[in-house]
Amino acid sequence: MKNPLIEIKNMCKSYELGGETVHALQEVSLTIHKGDFVSIIGPSGSGKSTFMNMIGCLDQPDFGQYLLDGKDVSDMKDHELAAIRNIKIGFIFQNFNLLPRLTAVENTELALVYRGVGVKERRQKAEACLEKVGLLERMHHLPSQLSGGQQQRVAIARALAGDPPLLLADEPTGALDSKTSKEVLQMLKDLNQKGQTIILITHDLEVAKEATRVVRIHDGHLFENGGEWLESSRSNEDGDAKYQN
Amino acid sequence: MNLVEAMKMAMRSIKTSKVRSFLTMLGIIIGVASVIILVSIGQGSSQSVKDQIGSLGTNLLTVSVTDTDAVELTDQTVASFKELSGIEDVAPVITGRVSAKNGENSTQVSMTGTNSAYLSVRDLELSQGRFLADMDVELRQKVVVLGSDTAETLFQNQNPIDQAIQIGGTSYRVIGVLKSVGTSMGTSGDDVIITPISTAKRTTGSTTISTVYLKAKSEDAVERAMYQVQGTMTTTFPNQSDNYSVSNQEDLMETMSSVSDTMTLMLGGIASISLLVGGIGIMNIMLVSVSERTKEIGIRKAIGANRTSILLQFLIESVVLSCLGGLIGIGLGLGIAKLIAIFSSLTIHFSFTITLLSFLFSLCIGIIFGVFPANKASKLRPIEALHYE
Repeated sequence: MKNPLIEIKNMCKSYELGGETVHALQEVSLTIHKGDFVSIIGPSGSGKSTFMNMIGCLDQPDFGQYLLDGKDVSDMKDHELAAIRNIKIGFIFQNFNLLPRLTAVENTELALVYRGVGVKERRQKAEACLEKVGLLERMHHLPSQLSGGQQQRVAIARALAGDPPLLLADEPTGALDSKTSKEVLQMLKDLNQKGQTIILITHDLEVAKEATRVVRIHDGHLFENGGEWLESSRSNEDGDAKYQN
Repeated sequence: MNLVEAMKMAMRSIKTSKVRSFLTMLGIIIGVASVIILVSIGQGSSQSVKDQIGSLGTNLLTVSVTDTDAVELTDQTVASFKELSGIEDVAPVITGRVSAKNGENSTQVSMTGTNSAYLSVRDLELSQGRFLADMDVELRQKVVVLGSDTAETLFQNQNPIDQAIQIGGTSYRVIGVLKSVGTSMGTSGDDVIITPISTAKRTTGSTTISTVYLKAKSEDAVERAMYQVQGTMTTTFPNQSDNYSVSNQEDLMETMSSVSDTMTLMLGGIASISLLVGGIGIMNIMLVSVSERTKEIGIRKAIGANRTSILLQFLIESVVLSCLGGLIGIGLGLGIAKLIAIFSSLTIHFSFTITLLSFLFSLCIGIIFGVFPANKASKLRPIEALHYE
């Protein structure tokens, strides 16, 4: 069997908050293969965001090993991490995080700008990605001239533009209504069907269930089969309700 | 990411906030413009002083006595100057202030008692009549040559030649009028009465010669003539070198230009303070811009911008701001200086070096004051920047 895309072993992370040490991640291990569609579910304060920062190479663990595409990123330097983020990961954020002063196509090609791709090539690539999300005719609009769903689609196009092996979506539907949420999720599912590895982070069970594999994070610990734990058969149990909203 | 990309990003960010960018540049614009205006005025006045001194004739040597009690120049000394091989002509001068009258018109004027050589030694020209002759000096003739302004004051539109003027109750005959030489270093060369030295000794009551003008044989002989004159002075008045000075026009020119160069430097220095203040303005705005765009920096970092790219982006933005300000300042400075030259009597002298220097200075200011905010931006941690609201 080929090497996994992500291999996390015994990852620990703690930080100081108001004089108290918070153990956000405790001995977390996770393996994700190429082509997987994994959702990570957990309530706020569970360590979900910290875990996402780790996977996204935005932060580094205190202990443990993180192999991304076969490379150990746990003690890389700043500029090496920047290069990893640029090449290996496409981010999709809850609040889209588009640069407000750049047009849709300029936002889309941003990763390629930092990769040093020539003007013509990156413009072609960006247009192709916008076409994939169905926004080619709005490529010269500013984010403020687009609806929330359209902005998120631009963000997906931006994440795809760099051809990253991993798509990391942090609450991609959090700021959208249910109809556009469905569209966005469908788009992610379609991408996964074409072989794109996707990690979806959410607190919403309905959203998490769209993925092929659900893991749950709770108080800094990671549990496989989060979906089963959250099955409706157990919905009357205590503590379940908070994952349902 | 290459420089062209960083430049494009900077230009876009400047374009999207035009008013703020303009206000940021204003300090640099004013600084550069005032450096250029003040320095071109300073250099202009220095140039015009040099031109005026040059027009006085470069063959001229001057012996001026500061303490007439210790150093008494006599006719013999003056005569001995004339013996020197490098000297062509000698004109001793006695000066005093007198009041001259012609009927109703009167004026306070400086009287110069000298000899016939004065005209050629000082490179003057007559507009009417004749100059003093040797006979006038010898016979103590009561004749005068008037400066053009004095003639104008005393005679208005009349022809002054052969008319009489009253000086201290005595009548003098006008034999000539000088051509206008203009004002040089604050004294008018046209407000003057020239009379034979022998006559002046009586009229002004002073017998001491305070100044002797000498004309060297040629421009090349000026140095040699100066040594000879100095030699004569040293032998005649040993150990008195503090009480007289021998100078030529070049010395005078050097002194004057060092004075005006100092003035130019001072003006330029004052103006560069405003450039510095402009630089601090840029730093201030860039710091505000960094904290305002923390989120943007976070997004860019998440997408893969490394520290260098962010540093470059902000640094180039401040450099572009200051360079743009510098260019506008140069345009404004040159324009205003030109207007000053047209609408006032000041002479303006543009200097390419200063223009280039002030531009480079504004560039340096952009870099120096841009480094701190740019470094701050580049050091932001991506997660914190990303979650900054």
